[in-house]
Amino acid sequence: MKGDILPRRIISGVALTGMTIMIFILFFLARESLPLLREAALSDILAGKEWYPTYEPPEFGMLPLVAGSVSVTVLSALMAIPLSLGVAVFLSEACPRLLREFFKPALEILGFLPSVVLGFIGMTVLAPWLQESLDLTTGLNLFNASFLMGIMIVPIVASIAEDSLAAVPNDLRDASYAMGATRWETTTRVVFPAALPGILEACLLGIMRAVGETMVVLMAAGGAAVIPESVFDAVRPLTSTIAAEMGETPVGSGHYHALFFAGLLLFLFTWAINLFAARIEARGRRWRS
Amino acid sequence: MKGRVLKDRLATALLWACMGTTLAILGGILLFLVVRGAGSLSWEFFTQPPRDSMTKGGISTPLVGTIQLVFVAMAFAFPVGILTAVYLNEYAREDRFTKLLRLAVRSLAGVPSVVFGLFGLSFFVIFLKFGSSLLSAGLTLGCLALPVIVGASEAALKSVPQDYRDASYAMGATRWQTIRKVVLPAAFPAILTGGILSVGRVAGETAPIIFTGAAFFTPGFAKNLFSEVMALPYHVLILATAGTNIEETRGIQYGTILVLLLVVLGITLAGVLWRARLRMRSTR
Repeated sequence: MKGDILPRRIISGVALTGMTIMIFILFFLARESLPLLREAALSDILAGKEWYPTYEPPEFGMLPLVAGSVSVTVLSALMAIPLSLGVAVFLSEACPRLLREFFKPALEILGFLPSVVLGFIGMTVLAPWLQESLDLTTGLNLFNASFLMGIMIVPIVASIAEDSLAAVPNDLRDASYAMGATRWETTTRVVFPAALPGILEACLLGIMRAVGETMVVLMAAGGAAVIPESVFDAVRPLTSTIAAEMGETPVGSGHYHALFFAGLLLFLFTWAINLFAARIEARGRRWRS
Repeated sequence: MKGRVLKDRLATALLWACMGTTLAILGGILLFLVVRGAGSLSWEFFTQPPRDSMTKGGISTPLVGTIQLVFVAMAFAFPVGILTAVYLNEYAREDRFTKLLRLAVRSLAGVPSVVFGLFGLSFFVIFLKFGSSLLSAGLTLGCLALPVIVGASEAALKSVPQDYRDASYAMGATRWQTIRKVVLPAAFPAILTGGILSVGRVAGETAPIIFTGAAFFTPGFAKNLFSEVMALPYHVLILATAGTNIEETRGIQYGTILVLLLVVLGITLAGVLWRARLRMRSTR
């Protein structure tokens, strides 16, 4: 089997690429962000409320940026997750078969909507409307960005949640109906609990997307590095800070390292959510082949 | 009894309302963009580069730039993704190493796009000295597409019946011969649809290319891998936020967005339709 060894080696080697990229991402984020610790104490970075990276001396307090990320994520999840689960249950339990064949791919395609387009809608349509109808100083704010972010993650969460609902064996539904339960009772007491691990995974992956999403918050969140006090305050999440400031930052400066540090926080945050989701899904896996 | 049935009816109505709201919002946005942008589309819009500091002319340079970026990204991610999936599905034993590899691919899928941008900047642009270029931006997008392609290819390989492999082995074929002549050809159409869907994702991404190779403006097309490129999503961002006269170029902005949507959603639609056809054939 001489001819069999070479392809095997090549394929094994190539398969390492993904892992290599992952390690390189971690390594380069660490390499470019850790020099910041020479310029500022870790506690000042994580708990400082002043983000003035270009002042002299610079201030690298990232609390407002983290607060921006968290507030947009929480608000968009609150708006999007109930709606997504409604859509998922609808598609898997209540939708006529023929319509489902149309809705499901339509939803999947809508999940590909480029985020820059939603950001644009936020800037040019939603912001002026909010400003006028609610008499705000600016329409570019937490609410605007969260609403659009919510729209963005609905197709993603709904698709994954629907997969896990659809994977519940029909025997369970039939048994419930045979006992005289209505569809709603069957859904809430049998199907939904059975699919719960997959549904939780869907919600977590949606939240992960919201934390890491850049263009919507860059264009629609207003960009003020302050801790928000109302849903109509402008915010500046980690992602949009990086995207907006990296272009004008000299390589190797404190500001440059600070933006990589923001990237590292973002990476660790989303990674934790991702691994947690994977764990829930793996623990609860029951019906997957 | 009556109360339960009523509750069931109400719940069903609520579910319909959820679906309706979602489709109304997303469909409304699409319709709005089509109506606003349709007036700007013309033959010249596709074939002319932007003129007069981007207040007139078309979008040929960003359109071609996006196609170039997709090509570079796919030239990297497609072969690497397929081979990774072949390894995972055909060669790998379920040991600790394979687990780690799967974990890495899954983790890669969750990395925020702007972090890919930072990685591309520090690794491709600065460390490998590719500079801000088509190559750097394309490879960064390729890293982002890789886990998507691995996932789709692995699913495709899994759906090839074990009988095919057994039959091939029974004829005396080696494992590599079996993979190359039996498994890959059977899985290829499904792998390709996964590739098409990842093209849709790559073409619409903005954050990874902002500091790895996307240009504010270039006078012509990128001549080689080391020149900067314009790209449709970045062009939208620039026109909307940094133009010299933002209100005056609204027409161009809506036109550019419509073209971006046509490219991204068109490619995605093609991928989804083709996949549906494949599934129909395989269940027959």
